[in-house]
Amino acid sequence: MFDSLSSRLEGIVKRLRGKGRLSEADVDEVLKEIRTALLEADVNVGVVRNVVGRIREQAIGARLSEALDPGQQVVKIVNGELTAMLGGETLKLTYAGRPPTVVLMAGLQGSGKTTNSAKLARWFKSQGRQPLLVGADLQRPAAVEQLRTLGRQIDVPVFSEPGDPVATAQRGLAEARRLGKDVLIVDTAGRLSIDAEMMEQVRRISEVIDPHYTFLVIDAMTGQDAVGVAEAFHATLAIDGVIMSKLDGDARGGAALSVKEVIGRPIAFASTGEKLTEFEQFHPDRMAGRILGMGDVLTLIEQAEQAFEKDQAEKAAEKLLEGEFTLDDFLEQLHSLKKMGPLGNLMGMMPGMPKEMKNAQIGDDALKPVEAIIHSMTPLERRKPELINGSRRTRIANGSGTTVGDVNRLVKQFQEMQKMMKKMGMAAPRRASGKKGKKGKGGKPSRGGFPGMAGLPGMGGAPGGGMPGLPGLPGGGGAPGGFPPFN
Amino acid sequence: MEWILLVLAAAVLVFGIGVVLWNRRRSAGQVGAPAATPLPARPAPAVRPAPDVEAEPEPAAEAPDLEAEPEPAAPAAPAAERPTFRSRMSKARSALAGAFLGIRGRRGITDETWDDLEEALLRADVGVRVTDELLGGLKARVKAKEITEPDALLDALQAEMTSRLAGADRTLHFQPGEPDSPNVWLFVGVNGVGKTTTIGKVAHRQRGEGRSVLLAAGDTFRAAAAEQLTTWAERSGAELVRGSEGGDPSAVIFDGIERASARGIDLVLGDTAGRLHTKTNLMDELRKVRRVAAKGKGRVTEVLLVIDATTGQNGLTQAREFGAATTVDGEGGVTGVVLTKLDGSAKGGIVFAIETELGLPVKLVGLGETIEDLVVFDPADFVDALFATD
Repeated sequence: MFDSLSSRLEGIVKRLRGKGRLSEADVDEVLKEIRTALLEADVNVGVVRNVVGRIREQAIGARLSEALDPGQQVVKIVNGELTAMLGGETLKLTYAGRPPTVVLMAGLQGSGKTTNSAKLARWFKSQGRQPLLVGADLQRPAAVEQLRTLGRQIDVPVFSEPGDPVATAQRGLAEARRLGKDVLIVDTAGRLSIDAEMMEQVRRISEVIDPHYTFLVIDAMTGQDAVGVAEAFHATLAIDGVIMSKLDGDARGGAALSVKEVIGRPIAFASTGEKLTEFEQFHPDRMAGRILGMGDVLTLIEQAEQAFEKDQAEKAAEKLLEGEFTLDDFLEQLHSLKKMGPLGNLMGMMPGMPKEMKNAQIGDDALKPVEAIIHSMTPLERRKPELINGSRRTRIANGSGTTVGDVNRLVKQFQEMQKMMKKMGMAAPRRASGKKGKKGKGGKPSRGGFPGMAGLPGMGGAPGGGMPGLPGLPGGGGAPGGFPPFN
Repeated sequence: MEWILLVLAAAVLVFGIGVVLWNRRRSAGQVGAPAATPLPARPAPAVRPAPDVEAEPEPAAEAPDLEAEPEPAAPAAPAAERPTFRSRMSKARSALAGAFLGIRGRRGITDETWDDLEEALLRADVGVRVTDELLGGLKARVKAKEITEPDALLDALQAEMTSRLAGADRTLHFQPGEPDSPNVWLFVGVNGVGKTTTIGKVAHRQRGEGRSVLLAAGDTFRAAAAEQLTTWAERSGAELVRGSEGGDPSAVIFDGIERASARGIDLVLGDTAGRLHTKTNLMDELRKVRRVAAKGKGRVTEVLLVIDATTGQNGLTQAREFGAATTVDGEGGVTGVVLTKLDGSAKGGIVFAIETELGLPVKLVGLGETIEDLVVFDPADFVDALFATD
């Protein structure tokens, strides 16, 4: 998302760098680029007008200040405005005092209601709830069948009966009460916001089940019309939040984001992949960071906390810094890493990850050959890879079903990484690393704190990384491992 | 602690992936380099050796539970009265209408006129570039005093937009040939654009024109996609070939073509699973479907990209990527676009970019939910509907 925006801005910033101050022409040029980039991201025309207006106001005022160089000033202003546009709090779900908590799903055809109903049910389940799905989409052939299949996959019961969607929804509610389910999710048929009859139907469904939450599912690829659709649904149903689907494509999602600005309701969840687990609560502030190339560090941390064993990881990190990190340790950490989720998704959340790496499709099996090679080494070789000579190489290659070249590269890169990490470990001042730790958890002082994460972004120094010069963003640091540029 | 974890994860991840990517890049040329092969995320059971299979009934595809000899008597010819763009699109108040009223109301052409025009076009998803081109030409003509009145300006814009869409070949290609060599039309697109529904409607139309049709349920991924297609097969009186859920889509398409060939069916409509064009592994899967479809007795005469009319600027990327994925040895690619859900408040302005920048003709338009609601795209009607102010 917004890749083109950051690259556009980069160009402008470069040009502005030599200038002492911004002329009005400079400001206009910057604004034109921003406007085009936002429009190409399908941000609603009206929203663009407002945002650009606000940026102009600040940029012209800021010309008086000489503290920052003009390029930095502009980036800072844009950064602030974008964050404000996406901003707001994460929707906090509360559960009904008298269960079930009722959720109604609505949206256009093909926006992904059925799939997201199931994903939402799985999410509730992971929160320790017991959801019941109701298939009230009696319009599309086999929609209920689809919901049942999905329900089986996540082990959530599905209630539906042919006939009238309103009656089905009502009976679904009764069923949830009877079964003692505490969350009810009602999937409805896709409908056009201009189809009065269908809108009346969904209004009646809403009336009989009296939902605690009504979610509008919007396709991230939708164009300018998203806002109109949202307004229409909001007028009929009082939307509580938006579920943004298909966010894993390269659509910039600008339209769906504009919805927040127009109906004032947050994006509650985002669907980030085809798997039922690829669905998460939407954190607007984090998304802003992701858009601006800062990665989604908080989400990463949350996932890491779940996947890594604390003591073990701490030990491994220590070893890593002292240059005693062996291939065995590496393997162990690799396993923990896999628990964190699909590798491709992790890549996207990593700050400063070069675009080429983000876009590379990394299947979960991609790392298998790496594992195989390490598994084919003797314990001694894993500790001291420098032992590996020609005949050992051949043996390892044969044992792992790879080639001698593959083994070579792995060993070489591992050694380079070791060297790099050792350097970082020595260079790092011995200070508490809890500085940036998450509040409340009291970052425990531990040795060798990584130099402010500065080594992480700019990995490989490949082009297209974060926005250079963005205040507060760590600049392109050293490249651990010395990876080849990915072109 | 958190940062330690993170850095550790990052180091491991970056290192591991660095190795993978490096190997992948290195071995791009050589065959079967083990570390380099990205495995598809979807289960893809062993590929059937496509070219060798004979036309006998095959295990991968369950026989459809339809009667074996479908008689083409069933569906009535498409209703005499086809829905018009104008009537359908005017259900939604035209996107441009409000702005145009304002423009016509002004005396002369002012800066506001241009702002309004620009905003209206952008709101219709026409896109920044095409909008700039359209307005650039008009501005020059206004400057040259060729156009002086708002009405004339709007007429000129309408003419310009219509002419941009003129001249394309919008017919669906069907080559009559040997009875055992069916035409194959593949339907591709991202998730949720209405591929399966479109196939149902196309099947109905083609049956109405007296062709025998077989539907191949190549969407083996989405739950119940095959059931949905089965319903359409029944409604339109077409045959159906389906595979197992999670099975190999190219095998299903291939089986469909072989069956059609054996039974002398004229036309195979191949459904495919919706896929985002950014997923390399899924696009590779599609590439294989396209390749395999041409391997047997069938001839692939259309690859239709289905696009939702509410799609924004991403539509252009979709068209480009799907075009690349369905190109075999520099040939083929997407042959046409089906624009669905145009009956909503959608404007479908993205077709201007797709047609002019990629040269892909829009062939069909979906104007509603009923089986009759798929019509041939008519640029003049389409632009007319955009400009309608009543």
